[in-house]
Amino acid sequence: MKKVEAFIRHEAFEPIRQELLERGIPSLSISEVKGSGRQKGVVEHYRGASLTVNVRPKLKIECVIDDSEKDIVVETILKHARTGSVGDGKIFVVAVEEAIRIRTGEEGADVLQAHEGTEIPSA
Amino acid sequence: MTKRLSLAALMAFALSLALPALASAQDGAAALLETEGLELDTTWVIVSCVLVLFMQAGFLFLEIGFSRQKNVGAGVAKILVNLGIATIAWWAIGYGIAGGGNDFFGTDGFFFSHDQLIGSGEEAFNVVGSDAALMLFGMLFCAVSLAIVWGTTLERIKFSAYVVYATFFAAIIYPLVAHGVYGGGLLSDVGGKQVLDFAGSSVVHLTGAVGGLAALLLLGPRIGKYGADGKPRAIPGHSMPIAGLGVLILWVGWYGFNAGSTFGTGDNFFAEVALNTQLAAAAGALFAMLVVYMKTKTLDVGMAGNGAIAGLVGITAPSGYVEFWAAPIIGAVAGIIVVYGVLTIEKYLDDPVGALSAHGLAGIWGTLSIGLFVSPRLIEFNGVTASPGIWYGIKDGDLGASIGQLGVQALGVAAIFVLVLALSYACFAILKATIGIRVSEEEELAGLDISTHGMYGYPEAFIPQEEYPAGRFEPNVAGTPVATPSTAAATRPTEN
Repeated sequence: MKKVEAFIRHEAFEPIRQELLERGIPSLSISEVKGSGRQKGVVEHYRGASLTVNVRPKLKIECVIDDSEKDIVVETILKHARTGSVGDGKIFVVAVEEAIRIRTGEEGADVLQAHEGTEIPSA
Repeated sequence: MTKRLSLAALMAFALSLALPALASAQDGAAALLETEGLELDTTWVIVSCVLVLFMQAGFLFLEIGFSRQKNVGAGVAKILVNLGIATIAWWAIGYGIAGGGNDFFGTDGFFFSHDQLIGSGEEAFNVVGSDAALMLFGMLFCAVSLAIVWGTTLERIKFSAYVVYATFFAAIIYPLVAHGVYGGGLLSDVGGKQVLDFAGSSVVHLTGAVGGLAALLLLGPRIGKYGADGKPRAIPGHSMPIAGLGVLILWVGWYGFNAGSTFGTGDNFFAEVALNTQLAAAAGALFAMLVVYMKTKTLDVGMAGNGAIAGLVGITAPSGYVEFWAAPIIGAVAGIIVVYGVLTIEKYLDDPVGALSAHGLAGIWGTLSIGLFVSPRLIEFNGVTASPGIWYGIKDGDLGASIGQLGVQALGVAAIFVLVLALSYACFAILKATIGIRVSEEEELAGLDISTHGMYGYPEAFIPQEEYPAGRFEPNVAGTPVATPSTAAATRPTEN
């Protein structure tokens, strides 16, 4: 099992979510984060004085999948999150040891994505 | 002299009728009484001015609540700049255009000043304090109308568009409309009847909404409003409590807007207007909530707010012309109209706060409702040249005259719609072709706060500091040992 953790621009999220859903990967989490990278900070002006805030708002996607699905997820994120400018973000892939579904207590890669026949909300 | 000042005008020449009578009063005591009465009237007008000014806060909160949080600071800058422009433009030019003159525009009162001679013949007067009160009242109405315009343009319009259009609107567009209805223009005498609009359902609210329509037609929807299938998507505002506060502030301010349009306290008539206002607003909120629930099975928070505003806009024109029983009917119909209006308009035009429905459609309804419900008692009381509404026409048998009044009301609506749309569309089209009226896609996505105003309306939770706040530890100078927990405890300042 792998966890894909990607830091992306806000506006890239919706197309990524849409395509992952279509490709059978509906389960993911997002958080609004702030971070620094090569992209320059934001210079704010407040009542005449200025302030450089060196962190910029980004969106973090976390998605745990079976090893075989890693390429699909990475590919989808690359496809939609890349604008070519500095600040597109990064993708990290880390190994996951265990996964347990709380409702049933099941373990293993089976719990990662939806069961057959489970209701998946349509777009 | 009439006991009350004429309702038909926010123009100061109404007062000029009163002044000669005052001067000719022989009895000193009577003169004193008249003066005191006048001062009480002026006091009420100034109190109303403050209430109407407070409506700017209502528009501010309503629009900010219905915006995303990346655009909230922009709303504050917008309201303050537009209020400033409307004030100066009205003082310099707008008041003069709106006042007495020929059929199309006023010709006196530019750069309004004390003792200035305004008007000619019997209506001429020299400006005194009470004229300033009425002039200020008109100015704040103009500012309200201008504030309505921008409701359709949130989250994407260029700031420079505000500055140019606001100047044109407050100096020319709104004053032309006000002159037409209140200042002795064409709409104040249509074949022996006048277009009745007590406090401005059409003059103020429809005018503002049509200006907003012109802007919207040239501006286009926000990014992401319409999906690939062309269907509208909700772009929820970031704070319903703030939007709700905005609605209630507007509701409070409307007491000045409607009841203040009596221009005085004579016969305590202003209290009747206030009650009409309250009844209609309540019915508007209730019926909008009811209709939206029946249509969507949701008790929609935003739509309840739109309903209250629609009820208030609807009763604005008839507030001084209808009996209490008609007010909840007018408000309820406005509340129903606003729900269907928002749901229909949303399919084609991206109007973030529902200004086209709440101010435009409800404004049209309010103006037409006079043709249905205006009562003979209040026509006589207000001294206007009009026929009773269709309700009374059916009862009393003079249906033809009543239908005529409804026609005059409709004509007024149509004339204002066409005039304001033409002038506003021309202005925005020129702006679009020259300096542009819309921010870049990048700026829109980042939000107007950071891209136009250089800051976030809700600032960072994280603000970089040169060092740890209040310097709990000595700076770690090279060569000195790093503070360990024990040394840190020794150097830690006393907590307080």
